Amino acid sequence: MNTIAAMVVKRIGMGMLTLLVISVLIFAGVEALPGDLTEAVLGQNALPETVTAFRKELKLDLPPHIRYFSWIGDAVRGEFGNSLANGRPIAGLIGWRFSNSLFLALATAVIAVRVSILLGIAAALYRNSFFDRAISIATLSTISFPEFFVAYILIALLSVQLIIFPSISNINAQMSFWQKIHAIVLPCMTLTLVVMAHMMRQTRAAIINILSDPFIEMAKLKGLKKARIIILHAFPNALSPVINVVALNLAYLVVGVVIVEVVFVYPGLGQLLVDSVSKRDIPVVQASGLIFASVYIGLNLLADVLSIISNPRLRNPK
Amino acid sequence: MAFFKLLRSSPLSARVGLVMVLITIAAAILAPVISPYGETEIVGDVWLSASKDHYLGTDHLGRDLLTRLLYGARNTIAIAFVTTFLSFTVGTICGFFAATLGGWTDMSLSRGVDIIMAFPTLIFALMVLSVVGTSITALIVVIALLDSTRVYRLSRAVAMDIGVLEFVEVARLRGEGIWWLMRQEILPNAMPPLVAEFGLRFCFVFLFIAALSFLGLGLQPPTADWGGMVRENAGAITFGIFAPLWPAGAIAFLTVSVNLIVDWFLQIASGLKD
Repeated sequence: MNTIAAMVVKRIGMGMLTLLVISVLIFAGVEALPGDLTEAVLGQNALPETVTAFRKELKLDLPPHIRYFSWIGDAVRGEFGNSLANGRPIAGLIGWRFSNSLFLALATAVIAVRVSILLGIAAALYRNSFFDRAISIATLSTISFPEFFVAYILIALLSVQLIIFPSISNINAQMSFWQKIHAIVLPCMTLTLVVMAHMMRQTRAAIINILSDPFIEMAKLKGLKKARIIILHAFPNALSPVINVVALNLAYLVVGVVIVEVVFVYPGLGQLLVDSVSKRDIPVVQASGLIFASVYIGLNLLADVLSIISNPRLRNPK
Repeated sequence: MAFFKLLRSSPLSARVGLVMVLITIAAAILAPVISPYGETEIVGDVWLSASKDHYLGTDHLGRDLLTRLLYGARNTIAIAFVTTFLSFTVGTICGFFAATLGGWTDMSLSRGVDIIMAFPTLIFALMVLSVVGTSITALIVVIALLDSTRVYRLSRAVAMDIGVLEFVEVARLRGEGIWWLMRQEILPNAMPPLVAEFGLRFCFVFLFIAALSFLGLGLQPPTADWGGMVRENAGAITFGIFAPLWPAGAIAFLTVSVNLIVDWFLQIASGLKD
């Protein structure tokens, strides 16, 4: 039990270290700007007084390491300063959008994880059948399609031809839960199709991999039914790679939401990030980048920790 | 001749992929010759439907969609190719160095790559582009550097495997320099997995640039490129006009076809025979 705890603690430590380095990178990226932020925002012809005032407001007159610590300290407390574009506090801009993005990602996760594991098990059960091949071709093609292609096909079919779902997923605080769900059906479906492929293929591969083990041979010789062998004998042992790929794909969702949010004009964090990049609103870019990084690193961490815990060989050391 | 022999042993899927890629490349090279109008020429009304004059209709400014699609192939594929090439050069050189030198070089390069890979590529690219601006050079360099981390991982792993073989040891004892070891001993033996990886990375880079252009942060108008064309014509879809589906479909077409070929190469590289 001790080795496993030590491994988990070590992994978490690594994760924290990575996050720290990333935050330094995010901060230093802006420092590398030729001239500095002042010139990028105010232009080269700004009056000296304006420049001084601006530098003072953004604390650019302090040395970099002090600014880094005050920035990261504020970020931990959830304060990110003000947006350059409209002067509003960034925390307010981000809070509501971040919860929207999480809502979309969670809804997708709930559907995608179940469907892909079921399909993966089914494909392993009926291996090399027509059903297996059809699923394999379908998932291979969704991997190669860009997200926006899938999204526009869905819009063309479900919101233009058959007018069932809205093509623009505008949600606000007044809407009820089911209204929100109805609004996000299409983005949710797009993301599901995109992440499902990897999860399903990995589940299938992990189960098939285990089917050649001696204990499965044993179960077969005992005359157990095929479905029972796969669900009760093979699947629990395939759990570690499956959990890993599920968590990795949830991390992938973090990036997937950016494009899907733009397609469906969904008020999420990804949309905010893209807008701020084109407006060069750098404090907002830094803040949302830091949040994306924390979520992504957190989920990767979770994937590793869960696969350490769910590995029976590590759980029961000799 | 060896090439044709190889081609004859290829599976059907790879041949289909090859034909699809050749069609796209031919379209890209011949764009100025076969396209009926100029790249940015306004030829008619906005979002005209398909007719004899405009086989795919017109776009949001009244430019011929087919012409834009052909020129788009040119720009998008050329930039994706240059980026992948740059990423491979940087990635394999660093990977081989790390594997042959070991020690400190290996440690510092690998940890650096670990950190960059712990961060979603799209977010990283967005943040860097927000600082350096969206010029084509910046786009190519940023994506190539981000992508070279994956190439580094693979080439380091492959070179590690090859580096312990006898003939490399012999060359080392003969007193050959590091460049000789990398170029003459390791590179030729690392070719098959690297070629397959080149196809995969090309797909990834190509999709990535398309995504950035779609977000309005890649190639800037009026240059035609497929991702940007999807973005420009996105509004049409709510009117039941399928203009954005053509460039989006073209992107899917090229990625699927490259993937079909890559599958075949992967099979050769892993030495699997069915």
